[in-house]
Amino acid sequence: MKQILDRLSPYFLAGPAVLVIGVACLYPTLMAVRLSFYKWSLGDPWSSAQWLGLSAFRQALTDPAVLHSLIVTVVFAAIVVSAEMVIGTALALLMERQVAGISLFRTIFIMPMMVAPIVVGMIWRYVFDTQFGPANALLTALGLPAQSWLANPSLAFLAVVVSDIWQWTPFVIIMVLAGLQNLDQSALEAAQIDGATPRQVILRVKLPMLMPVLVITALMRLIDAFRVLEVIFALTFGGPGSATEVLPLHIYKTAFVGQQLGYASAISVLLLVVVFALSLATLALSNPLKDPRQ
Amino acid sequence: MAAITLEAITKSFGALKVVDDMSLDISEGEFVVFVGPSGCGKSTTLRMLAGLEQPTTGRICIGGRDVTSLPPGRRDIAMVFQSYALYPHMTVKENMSFALRLQNLPKGDIERRVAEAARILHIEPLLDRKPKALSGGQRQRVAMGRAIVRAPSVFLFDEPLSNLDAQLRNHMRVEIALLQKRLRGTMVYVTHDQVEAMTLADRIVVFHKGRIQQVGSPELIFEHPANLFVAKFIGSPTMNILPCHYDGQFYLGGQALDLPVPDRLRPALEAARGRDLLLGIRPQALRVVRADEHGPGLRVTVDLCEYLGTETVVSGRLGAAPQVQVTAVLPARAGLGG
Repeated sequence: MKQILDRLSPYFLAGPAVLVIGVACLYPTLMAVRLSFYKWSLGDPWSSAQWLGLSAFRQALTDPAVLHSLIVTVVFAAIVVSAEMVIGTALALLMERQVAGISLFRTIFIMPMMVAPIVVGMIWRYVFDTQFGPANALLTALGLPAQSWLANPSLAFLAVVVSDIWQWTPFVIIMVLAGLQNLDQSALEAAQIDGATPRQVILRVKLPMLMPVLVITALMRLIDAFRVLEVIFALTFGGPGSATEVLPLHIYKTAFVGQQLGYASAISVLLLVVVFALSLATLALSNPLKDPRQ
Repeated sequence: MAAITLEAITKSFGALKVVDDMSLDISEGEFVVFVGPSGCGKSTTLRMLAGLEQPTTGRICIGGRDVTSLPPGRRDIAMVFQSYALYPHMTVKENMSFALRLQNLPKGDIERRVAEAARILHIEPLLDRKPKALSGGQRQRVAMGRAIVRAPSVFLFDEPLSNLDAQLRNHMRVEIALLQKRLRGTMVYVTHDQVEAMTLADRIVVFHKGRIQQVGSPELIFEHPANLFVAKFIGSPTMNILPCHYDGQFYLGGQALDLPVPDRLRPALEAARGRDLLLGIRPQALRVVRADEHGPGLRVTVDLCEYLGTETVVSGRLGAAPQVQVTAVLPARAGLGG
């Protein structure tokens, strides 16, 4: 009896979590996949949904708007993740030092992450406001011409990038700080004794030792960057034109503005495939969960 | 090879003074072992030698050069850590050659020195492995190899064998002794293990509460401990310390004890007549006699006999003063209770 209980206990313990993930993640995903084979609008009875098979996928793969959004998303993700990793790691290395008042600095730096994304969008919309925003006030103070930030495609993209870096660099800082605290201090001391300068200790010992943490952090940020929606929704709503229309926002507009839920689901499935492939590729390059001996 | 001088070194962490006014000279090519209980300041002193800690006051010279404010990399030292401290992302070869590559030495030179160190330490087949794929003993060899390739003036060892099992520890201890004979480098070795201290050291430095208690050869420390702490700390089992007084002969708890008194101690003992004294007797110096066979010995009530194969450790209480514990190391078949 005890043996049976022992064998079953892991399932009992993991059961609730599996159930929640199943209901909250897997079920909607499967429903989205199902929906992508139909033509259906919100409010219509499901019985009136029209079977389309794979035609929505064919359409999505050739749709210039989808391709454009995908390019915007890839460029956005590449820029923000690279910038956040570099800035976040550099700040974490600075904040690692035990100097007076550092804990206050750490708290301040981490605050942006605690703000709801939609509020971040509102904050930056105010910052980049043509008439009242601090961005233009700064330019004017420096004797430079004021800009129509959110009306110019390049500047609007820049605004979106800046807001994302502002909000998510703290996440990288937290992860890298945690990683730094777990490093074998004696290996760092050994490097000092071996004659490494502080710069060489960082570049040749600290960062390589941090690599598993950096890979996981970059991967988490990459997945998040491909799913970015709320900040851009509030800041530019994809505009001007479609300059900042990332794929999730395009999906949103297709579903709830264009009332093409089946088509929007098909694009979602494609996005899911892209993110999944990216994750697998990153983990194949360097999987911190895998024992290097194997 | 270089001589080391520590001049009035003090180290405080806040209000806590961990090393207190310490001065020590270490000769060129000497193997010095710092020994003492946890928290006695021995590791802190070694770390100050390495440059990983700054002394609060005092001066450190290596090879006649004041290195007190020099960073670790410019002191011409190598250190072997208790946790090995290997770089996990580098292969054994890269670990060993790291310092040489930082110095931008010619590639051929680096290859030659790594190969030589690997040969000495028998780790040639491991050169392309990462530290994770090595056993504890192999990692320790790599850590030593990393020190050897640099051919430093001074080798520092911070409890290098503490993480190994007993058998491997004995083996590596012999290897370190052989290595020192081969390299003739100045070596400073920190341990809390007195067997390591006794077998490896040219000179032992006994630490307690941040101060040096005694400096001397293993024989001197064992035979002529400078104070009660050294007497009790060195030697296993611990030396028996018996409260007594002297009045022409020793009295323990009112019982007379017939002990030969060495001539060199006689004047001091005469001066201490009638005062409370502590008599130290090594457990190995005691033997068992029949109560009626010999004059007034120590009458002991035996509590425990531990048979160790080559010897038996007997613990008991003094007949005349039952609160005093006595330990004796006797031949394995001492005939107790037989």
